[in-house]
Amino acid sequence: MLKSWMKEGNHWVWFNAMALTISLLAVISLVGLLAVKGVAHFWPKDVIVFTVDDGKGGNVQLIGERQRTGERLEGDATVGVKHIPQTLVKIGGRELFGADFKWVDDPAVIAQDVPQNMVTIERYEWGNLYGRLVSVTNSDGRKTSGSAAWDSFKSLIVYHGQLYEQLVDIQKDKIGSINYAVEGLRLERRGLELKNALTDDQMARLAQERKDLDQKYELLLTDMQKLQKLSESLGVAEIEVMGGKLVQLPVSKVVAATMPNNMGILAKTGEFFHKIWEFLSTDPREANTEGGIFPAIFGTVTLVFIMTFIVMPFGVMAAVYLREYAKDGVIVRMVRVSVNNLAGVPSIVYGVFGLGFFVYIVGHGIDQAFYQEALPAPTFGTSGLLWAALTLALLTLPVVIVSTEEGLSRVPRAIREGSLALGATKIETLWRTVLPMASPAIMTGLILAIARAAGEVAPLMLVGVVKLAPSLPIDGNAPFVHLDQKIMHLGFHIHDVGFQSPNIEAAQPLVYATAFLLVLIVISLNISAIAIRNRLRERFKSLDN
Amino acid sequence: MSSVNVALDRENRGLNLEEEKIAIHVRDWNLYYGQKQALNKINMVLPENRVTAFIGPSGCGKSTLLRCFNRMNDLVDGVRVEGEISLHGQDIMEKTLNVSVLRRKVGMVFQKPNPFPKSIYENVAYGLRLQGENNRSVLDNKVEWALKGAGIWNEVKDRLHDNAMGLSGGQQQRVVIARAIAIEPEVLLLDEPTSALDPISTLSIEELIFDLKEKFTILIVTHNMQQAARVSDYTAFMYMGELIEYADTDTLFTNPSQKQTEDYITGRFG
Repeated sequence: MLKSWMKEGNHWVWFNAMALTISLLAVISLVGLLAVKGVAHFWPKDVIVFTVDDGKGGNVQLIGERQRTGERLEGDATVGVKHIPQTLVKIGGRELFGADFKWVDDPAVIAQDVPQNMVTIERYEWGNLYGRLVSVTNSDGRKTSGSAAWDSFKSLIVYHGQLYEQLVDIQKDKIGSINYAVEGLRLERRGLELKNALTDDQMARLAQERKDLDQKYELLLTDMQKLQKLSESLGVAEIEVMGGKLVQLPVSKVVAATMPNNMGILAKTGEFFHKIWEFLSTDPREANTEGGIFPAIFGTVTLVFIMTFIVMPFGVMAAVYLREYAKDGVIVRMVRVSVNNLAGVPSIVYGVFGLGFFVYIVGHGIDQAFYQEALPAPTFGTSGLLWAALTLALLTLPVVIVSTEEGLSRVPRAIREGSLALGATKIETLWRTVLPMASPAIMTGLILAIARAAGEVAPLMLVGVVKLAPSLPIDGNAPFVHLDQKIMHLGFHIHDVGFQSPNIEAAQPLVYATAFLLVLIVISLNISAIAIRNRLRERFKSLDN
Repeated sequence: MSSVNVALDRENRGLNLEEEKIAIHVRDWNLYYGQKQALNKINMVLPENRVTAFIGPSGCGKSTLLRCFNRMNDLVDGVRVEGEISLHGQDIMEKTLNVSVLRRKVGMVFQKPNPFPKSIYENVAYGLRLQGENNRSVLDNKVEWALKGAGIWNEVKDRLHDNAMGLSGGQQQRVVIARAIAIEPEVLLLDEPTSALDPISTLSIEELIFDLKEKFTILIVTHNMQQAARVSDYTAFMYMGELIEYADTDTLFTNPSQKQTEDYITGRFG
């Protein structure tokens, strides 16, 4: 019975099924863990009042959110080791209490209450604040308390949010553009100086342009100061925090405030999505431990796109040459071996190469040739988007070459002959028939390249990715795409937040959330590429089908 | 005496090669694959607006010879040729001759239907577009003309923009013929055009060949002697790279002058 079962090869089928199941489970549990740990962070948590035995016969009150659980060991081998379960409470108010997290032994907790009207306040600095809203004083000195205070507080926060947006708009976009233009003028002047072409006319023109910009800047500055003053004088909230202390909190320091204990499931869901959206669409704050990750998403996607634009033509052209034109011989075989081996080179080596060759040699040369006016400050002679994209392109080149060659070799000879017999030249045949038919394979290569590039971190740390980039690589200032700029990247962001952060506990959920997002981006890039490939495959069904 | 049932009511019996206008001259034509000689001193003339069939056992060189007329053998590594082939007096092996131009004059249809994975319309328009013709109405007219010429217009006129790969084998082969005649070549080479097709499709292609010879000089390689007898005006019998006998089809099938030819057409070998 068993023997015949084995003879039919059933055990191999079962082994295969097991291996497949294990792989699938690994993927699903990985994504699941990231999703649960990362996304749960955005769910509004209740503000709990813990009454804790302080061990000296008295009680202490802690106000905050339950962050996570853990345990601590007590005693030693002689008396026996005791495991004491603990809860990490996020108490907020780093400037008041020294740290915004506190471990509490579970057996020491006497009571946990979830009273109504507790507020969670998200601030621009110093993290969250938990407590009770006592009163709000308006800019005109009118003081309200109770539910009127909450309403007025909320509307003030919304109003401040609008002012803040205007401020950021002026600061980053408008003044940023002016600074960019001023820098442009300075470089133009320096360039003319270097060429000994700085005439009085030119000087006068530059001075005039500079004066115009200065005027614009002055106007903006006045606007900005007005806004700043307005937002600072919006009002002050009085919050009773842990330990009964009263804190005066200007509205201008508040990002958002909620009363999670008063919220129903629907309100919490709304708040949940609102917070996720904020995470995706805003800039990071507080050394990346708070706020959003928009610049990192933007940087990653830009980087992958630019890499694609570089690697596609080079990879496809190299493969076409190798497969269609090169005469098979020792050199071609050596090139093939080299290409295949390139795929096995550790990525950090590409980073070192990128830094040494692209940045120091090519970038330096470009600066000497075209950006002399900016020296000694480097333009392309320092790590940046272009070099990061080029390094990644080099890293993913073998994948594109190998799969394109594979695709070209699968185009039937009959199709090529059919085209040639109609009077097409070799290049016409390639363009009109062979390459379109190989496009599914080219897309496959691209999918693999993108997936690899989006997840790569090590080489990027050397050639262009930074912890915090001052501006996005694509903006409204000509030439719109700034290839010389440093960018933020999700992979590096995970590394930075997770391992370089001054506030580990606050950063931990963000690491999960960012990792989850990175996986999602890679998956969605893959899925869209697979969808395109399948459509192409349908269109260019080969002769055998 | 022949076991081949030659259609005796053929209108063009009693053809005489000497009275024909000649499209192609082949003189002392040798072809080598590396060291191996595949064609040995072929001398023949091919008449204009006639169907000439090449028959012979597998490996006799008939397809190789056919592929010489549009220089498809250029694509094969290690092929060397000697001798002269001229099309209307033009030496096709001349160094200055543009192969693309030659191939526009000498169209070819292969054994297995090889439509491009494009729409029927784009398949037929392919050669025209190669010549830079992008005018929509010109293309429309020529595509219609070619599809009508290939006898498939009525079957595909409502789905011109469907993928040609979705057609049946016989339809695909006629689209491929339409593609070849769309650029109005002078000569049409058919390399076993029906060997991958079912009998009904074969019949329609054969009828088509009969119609096409009014406009084109047709050379057809076939394994099927009945087919050669049915469609061709002249037949060449090849064996081991040599042209054994070449005559009008009636004569070759009913009264072959060579013993080898007789053995072959009566099925004694091959």
